[in-house]
Amino acid sequence: MHALHEVLHAFFNLHSYTLAMPDVWAGFQVNLKMMAIAEVLVLVLALAIAVIRGLPGRGAKPLRALAIAYTDFFRGTPIIIVAFFVGFGVPGLQLGYISSRSFTTYGIVTLTLVYTAYVTEVYRAGIESVHASQRAAARSLGLSYAQTMRYVIIPQAVRRVIPPLLNDFVGLQKDTAIVSVIGVAEAASLSQQFSTQNGDFPSYLVAATFFILITIPLARFTDHLVAQRERRERAQAF
Amino acid sequence: MSANGKPSAPFVEVKGVSKWFGPLQVLKEISLEVNEHNVVCLIGASGSGKSTLLRCLNMLERIEEGEILIDGERITHDKVDVNALRRKIGIVFQAYNLFPHMTVLQNVMLAPRKARRVPRDEAEWAARSLLSRIGLEEKADEFPDRLSGGQQQRVAIVRALAMEPKLMLLDEITSALDPQLVSDVLNLVRELATSGMTMILATHEMGFAREVADKVCFLDAGCILEEGTPEQIFRDPKEPRTREFLARVLEAEKLG
Repeated sequence: MHALHEVLHAFFNLHSYTLAMPDVWAGFQVNLKMMAIAEVLVLVLALAIAVIRGLPGRGAKPLRALAIAYTDFFRGTPIIIVAFFVGFGVPGLQLGYISSRSFTTYGIVTLTLVYTAYVTEVYRAGIESVHASQRAAARSLGLSYAQTMRYVIIPQAVRRVIPPLLNDFVGLQKDTAIVSVIGVAEAASLSQQFSTQNGDFPSYLVAATFFILITIPLARFTDHLVAQRERRERAQAF
Repeated sequence: MSANGKPSAPFVEVKGVSKWFGPLQVLKEISLEVNEHNVVCLIGASGSGKSTLLRCLNMLERIEEGEILIDGERITHDKVDVNALRRKIGIVFQAYNLFPHMTVLQNVMLAPRKARRVPRDEAEWAARSLLSRIGLEEKADEFPDRLSGGQQQRVAIVRALAMEPKLMLLDEITSALDPQLVSDVLNLVRELATSGMTMILATHEMGFAREVADKVCFLDAGCILEEGTPEQIFRDPKEPRTREFLARVLEAEKLG
């Protein structure tokens, strides 16, 4: 009975929880910043790479190969390794501006590199899911390849992939904690500091609370979109 | 013969065109001429090459042998501007292929605005008047999935017409429609024929082919086996295969 009380006290001490709140919140703002910037970058870069991967013709082969190499590399490498590469490797290169950015910036770069690779595949699946007859219809109206992609294929592809894309964003948001390994002072590392100083663990619970508060609504929103689309598709079948 | 007494060149000339899908030869030395303001119907069983021939005419498919001239211009060489060519040729497909993420109006306006750079107001005015011509002006702001198949197919036709094509290719445009919706679509095509639009139709509607066509071609296994006026093909087909095909279609129509 006594031991259980100890455990509860170490993890769920409300006083300590409240005490940790300001520090961890200050750190979580860094997470929020990394999430927001990385997500915007990922949305744009991944679409560009997905389009490059689908370029037709022999001339575009080197570009396609580059895009494939990129996604293969960053999907296959653990994010923590990428973080080491970027966070420790790049400053070590002594490349002036590039090597003198903040840890937060290197964190954002890490997240962007890795999640762009995932989201590229998501976009690509979406682009391929648009039926070939749509392309034929657009091209036969005299639209160029680029116009067909821009006005006909990509809008349909993006609508279809919003749920899996948001799913990857839940992953990205949580992984903002991983880049603390290169020294970013964010929620996870600050909660660890607080825990060490205070000798208990409620600060971790604070950090968990923040992450959950931001990822659960996104997950529910994704579910909602999936359900909405299923309803619409079922309605269309009749 | 044209007005000045010289023989006018056919609007479409297909000369010895062959095409393969892998080892399978789907078009075998097809030759065909279509004069301006004429309607040519391609008939024949599924897989006889009707659709493929139409798709070759606007370069959705490449041909391996032969050549095609449209409006006096050879389109079957590498340097041809396919986008410019396709702006002159409208094609309508069996499955309508409207853009599902755009409203009916946007579907009709897209190509004029982007491929021909028509200003928005002008494109919208033209699109709305085309839609009112087919009695669908109130559907302008609906999405395609709210329309019946017949309505969608008529929108697909005016979407092609919005580019002011000189040639229309219609690829079995009534095959996916419920029988009661077919007549609206055929009426629109009839109207186009009367207005002098040059058209090539792949069709299974024999009665309609007989009525609107200036020339009927019977395709069999990638060849034009027989061509002639509708009278000649439907009344007095020379080839046994044509006779066989027509007999089968008539039988099916009776059962239907």
